[in-house]
Amino acid sequence: MAGFREYKIGSKMFGIALGGSMTITLFFPSINIASVSSTDIALTKQLEMGHETGFNLDDPMLLGWNKPLGVTLKTDPKTGQALASDTVVFVYKKGTSFPAGILHPRILGEGIQQLSVEQGHVGDARKDVGAVFTLSKGTYQGKQYTYIENLTATKGWTPSDVMHVAKDEDVSNAGKGKTMFVREGCWWCHTLLPEETQDWQVFGAPPMLGDFNGESPTAFGSDRKAPDLLHVGSRNSSKEWMMMHFFNPRLVQPHSIMPRFDYLWGEKDASGNKIDFVKWRAEYDEYREGKRVTPPDVPSYASDSEIRGLIDFILSLK
Amino acid sequence: MLKYLFAKNEDIPSGSAAIFFGFSAIVWFVIGTGMGSYNAAKLAFPDFVTGSELFSFGHMRQVHVMIVIFGWISMAFAMAMMYITPALGNNKLWSEKLGLWNCMLWNIGLTLGLTVLWAGVTSGREYSDFPWPVDLYLASCVFIPLGINVWMTIINRRTQGIYTTNWFFAAATFMVIIVFLVGNLPEFFHLTGLTEAYLTWWFAHNVLGLWITPVAAAIAYYTIPKVTGNPLYSHRIGHLHFWSVVVFYSTPAAHHLMSAPLPEWLKSFASVEGVLILVPAIAFVSNILLTMQGKWHMFVENIEVRFTVTGCLMAIPLNMQGGFQQTRAINWYIHGTGWIVAHAHLALLGFSTFLEVAAVYYGLQSIMKRKLYSITLANLHFWLLLIGFTTYWVSMTIAGLIQGAGKIYEVPYIDVVIAEHPYMIARWLGGSMVFTGNVLWLYNMWMTARKGTVVPQGRLPHELAYER
Repeated sequence: MAGFREYKIGSKMFGIALGGSMTITLFFPSINIASVSSTDIALTKQLEMGHETGFNLDDPMLLGWNKPLGVTLKTDPKTGQALASDTVVFVYKKGTSFPAGILHPRILGEGIQQLSVEQGHVGDARKDVGAVFTLSKGTYQGKQYTYIENLTATKGWTPSDVMHVAKDEDVSNAGKGKTMFVREGCWWCHTLLPEETQDWQVFGAPPMLGDFNGESPTAFGSDRKAPDLLHVGSRNSSKEWMMMHFFNPRLVQPHSIMPRFDYLWGEKDASGNKIDFVKWRAEYDEYREGKRVTPPDVPSYASDSEIRGLIDFILSLK
Repeated sequence: MLKYLFAKNEDIPSGSAAIFFGFSAIVWFVIGTGMGSYNAAKLAFPDFVTGSELFSFGHMRQVHVMIVIFGWISMAFAMAMMYITPALGNNKLWSEKLGLWNCMLWNIGLTLGLTVLWAGVTSGREYSDFPWPVDLYLASCVFIPLGINVWMTIINRRTQGIYTTNWFFAAATFMVIIVFLVGNLPEFFHLTGLTEAYLTWWFAHNVLGLWITPVAAAIAYYTIPKVTGNPLYSHRIGHLHFWSVVVFYSTPAAHHLMSAPLPEWLKSFASVEGVLILVPAIAFVSNILLTMQGKWHMFVENIEVRFTVTGCLMAIPLNMQGGFQQTRAINWYIHGTGWIVAHAHLALLGFSTFLEVAAVYYGLQSIMKRKLYSITLANLHFWLLLIGFTTYWVSMTIAGLIQGAGKIYEVPYIDVVIAEHPYMIARWLGGSMVFTGNVLWLYNMWMTARKGTVVPQGRLPHELAYER
């Protein structure tokens, strides 16, 4: 290498310059970010969505495989007696990966970590048998925290016990729905991060530090062509409206530029009948041309359809 | 090209890898802009092609972005590196065979990666949308072999000094590997939460700042002196450009997340560093424009100079926007609006693409020793790109300002959508012009290879541009 002395100095300077940049932009922020404790929102979100809602080996085609289920329990699944109040539990069936907070309780933050491990027994949860989690309140060094409790270890509630007593309307497929949100690219137009200042009055409070611990991907979105969805479930909680809006947004908002997501209904409707999309579209076109007074009815979705998960997820965004 | 994949390295004619990369890049450019035009049509007319999962906007938007970045721009960079690096080292490319395999693996990997991405298999992270196995493939079969070839060619050069362009090529091929591996850490090791969000934008910012911007500029540092015959105006300003890219452009990642709960010091730091991007930008633009002294007639007469200088001129509004729109004073108004989309296209389609188009025009003619088949088609290509892009940029900037106003005056969102509609149509028309121009370009370059007039030994193709 025909080198000048300058090139040797230059290479070292380059190393220092780039290394300095990396120290400031990677190492220093990582210290700050690692010290952030999970908020209740983050704890709920990670139990609801599970390990990962982007590409992962448990769900390589993003079809919503191996995702947890949120269940609102009214009765004790062991004894069958009514519970004092409705309890939301998160069911991880056999083979479903646990979220980052269960696998690495350190990311939960001071207090929450200790309570989740010592009183919640999250370390005892095993993927090959499954587990049921809930959020509980506890005290650590005189301060109150919400922590994750592994009900399979503390009360012996297994996933099959819980699913045995759960009715379909009490089950939320939000984890599967977040996967649909990522796969269908909802976040290319709808952000999950309200813009600064005035935006907060329309779309609600911005997320807090610690609201994201354990969530992946965060899917904030950047190119906003549609309303922010961080708190959409608080603004509009109508399943009926969501159903029409997803099937054909122009049914409820004539000027919407959102694509139709009718294909997420799958082959069959709630009663198991084949959905005739061609007929529906033809009838809708007639309605649009003024040949029909009312648009055709939107088929009700099957309980295992992809749209069910997506609507559950959207309504979970409070 | 394929017959050389298993030939001995010394039997492969010089420039084979550059030709393979050059045509691959043009084909990706045609596909990428075609898809962009299709996506724009969807935003203007939401019921255009409906009811199909694969042809929905959410499945195709990221495919358009990945094609233009990793198909068109990065392959055009590789094409430029394959012929410029040895030309400036007065030697041959270290390995034509590695170059050909690199291009082959790049095309195969990108095709497979885009297919799964199109099907919806995504990491859900903007700009690093590819799932991690594809990221690992791109690092190991695309960027590392490219880096090895460039570095070995520079190390084995037959000149004593290294020219400006090659500093940038060497540094950028190294930095892009680092950026790729570090930026995808959240996927490799399942890092979550704010770390994931921040590293997503760390990657997005640095792949632009440490790969696309410096390599595009490096190409102009070759094209303008080479085609005009003027020496570079100032080697020292080149130094200023290089070092300020490394120091300033590698740091402002957090300015993409000004409304996220990141540490405030980080956002402020990123914002200040973001303004300092003006240092390399002004150094670059002034150096290139001053190199043009006495040769401004070539801006009119010569297609490569016209593309390059237009690209450099577009770097002025680009960096004025880029430097200031990310400060808190302006960011709150335009963040998340079409303004940013316009800005991103000014960077990639305006500034960067125009410089690479020139390098591909010049490189393919000089390696194949064939005069351009049709200068008329080349002129048409230029004007379709420029007018198409300008239409796009103006309409998206206006749409962005409407969105910004709608945001701060709390206008019901649907009214903003209605107000934007004409600009969405204009955006689609502009994008379609760019696509049409590229189809003509592909035809023109193909015919140049098949039917172009042979350039005699010792002459440069552009010297013969107006001879019959």
